[in-house]
Amino acid sequence: MSPILTLFRIIGAFVIFVIGETGRMGIFLAEVVFLIPFPPYLFGRVIKQINFIGVKTTLVILLTGTFTGMVLALQIYFTLSEFGAESRLGPIVALALIKELGPVICALMVTGRAGSALAAEIGIMRITEQIDALDTMALNPYKYLIIPNLIAGIISLPLLNFIFVFVGVWGGYAVGVGLMGLSSGTYFGSIRDFVDSADILEGLYKSLSFGILITWISCYKGYFTGYGAEGVSKSTTQAVVMSSVTILIWDYFLTSILVA
Amino acid sequence: MIEVINLHKSFNGQEVLRGINLKVNDGQALALIGGSGRGKSVLLKHIIGLLKPDSGKILIDNEDISKLRGRKLKRLKERFGMVFQGGALFDSLTVFENVAFPLREKTRMKASQIRKTVFEDLAEVGLSGAENKYPAEISGGMKKRVALARCLVMNPEIILFDEPTTGLDPLIGKAIHNMIRSCQKSYKFTAIMVTHEIPDIFSMVDRVAMLYNGFILAEGTPEELQNSKDPVIHQFIHGELEGPISIN
Ligand SMILES: Nc1ncnc2c1ncn2[C@@H]1O[C@H](COP(=O)(O)OP(=O)(O)OP(=O)(O)O)[C@@H](O)[C@H]1O
Ligand SMILES: [Mg+2]
Repeated sequence: MSPILTLFRIIGAFVIFVIGETGRMGIFLAEVVFLIPFPPYLFGRVIKQINFIGVKTTLVILLTGTFTGMVLALQIYFTLSEFGAESRLGPIVALALIKELGPVICALMVTGRAGSALAAEIGIMRITEQIDALDTMALNPYKYLIIPNLIAGIISLPLLNFIFVFVGVWGGYAVGVGLMGLSSGTYFGSIRDFVDSADILEGLYKSLSFGILITWISCYKGYFTGYGAEGVSKSTTQAVVMSSVTILIWDYFLTSILVA
Repeated sequence: MIEVINLHKSFNGQEVLRGINLKVNDGQALALIGGSGRGKSVLLKHIIGLLKPDSGKILIDNEDISKLRGRKLKRLKERFGMVFQGGALFDSLTVFENVAFPLREKTRMKASQIRKTVFEDLAEVGLSGAENKYPAEISGGMKKRVALARCLVMNPEIILFDEPTTGLDPLIGKAIHNMIRSCQKSYKFTAIMVTHEIPDIFSMVDRVAMLYNGFILAEGTPEELQNSKDPVIHQFIHGELEGPISIN
């Protein structure tokens, strides 16, 4: 076959795959969400998954948040000082953290730490027939394995984001005030002047939707894994790659909607 | 009554089941025999509704399990139990929690009652003392027995056993067989048991069916199959290498 035709075939197969996969994922999410209002309500499992997705990521968030705030302050301070606008350091650091870096970096950290583990865990349950076992007990696997993660993601991400922004702003404080000699009043005072509730809401919407995206993609990839260890390892990789890429793409679209 | 009618199933173009017809009456125990990789597990998974047929019907008391949805399907599944070939134990739960799981999720039993039931159940399969171990910490044979206990604890009406004694030592294998048989006699559940334990199995089931080339080649009482003149059945049951069945 001519190279041109081969190229079209590859592109065509890829497009069909993407459309098919999007459809399957959409149906999966719709089925899961539809089940949420019906009992049983497995609060215990939700708490357990909040611990897994949220609590256990806290240390990573504390570290990355602090250093992100610090490096941000360092970079921005020198740029601002060229215009003599150092007093704007506080709000710029805070806004960058609240609107972009907090939600996005938190989401990437959770993807790396918990998303991969979720896909692997659910994938292993699939290939060892544990999901089938649930099914034969007339228990709905979505109730036990998917919904708790989805809810835990929706609850955890905004909280982690809050922690990230909080320590990030203090990291910026350490650099701007401690290292560069800005006054504490300038740093915090100008934050209060420039950050309003719309900015905070923007960050909240982002982290909420990232919480859904990560758990949705990771659970889907694990639930419909291929055969054997190779199938699970593929699902795990795909869960991480797809979540990360989707987070950044969705971030752009959500921003453009919210800004408009 | 379980009735499988003209069931077909292929995976990626490979025809595994090519028109299965099988009937199991209430309270009967049927042994399903046949070569490795011939589709015995696949057939069981159709009967319990885990796999959907390409064509054909699976009637449980005249209701087609492959067509039911929602609450009706749930109610039908609640009458079933299945012991998976690999055990399918929940690996994040201990042995005790595995057996207690269906009781906790599906009944309103008190914790103390559950505890008592589970301990009795585990003692019956010879696993006292392993309650707090995780599935990864016990042997393959022990896993099988935990799976059996987890299934029996709910007293289902129909139980599908996928090689419950393969890989067990002969004494435990016999003990498990006897236990299944005595449970089956006292609780009168309908049993379909995939097994390679020939001829041991013949003394403990009412009927035997042999799966070959995607069909049920023969179905009858153990005596009928043992005395069968069909060269394929004869070869398989007597474990002869010479004959119409080729190993490759
Ligand atoms: N989910 C599946 N996807 C693709 N092929 C499958 C699937 N399940 C089973 N098969 C194929 O169907 C055939 C029958 O498999 P099955 O597990 O039913 O064999 P079996 O009779 O139970 O064998 P054994 O006695 O070794 O357990 C095999 O060739 C297997 O490769
Ligand atoms: Mg099998």
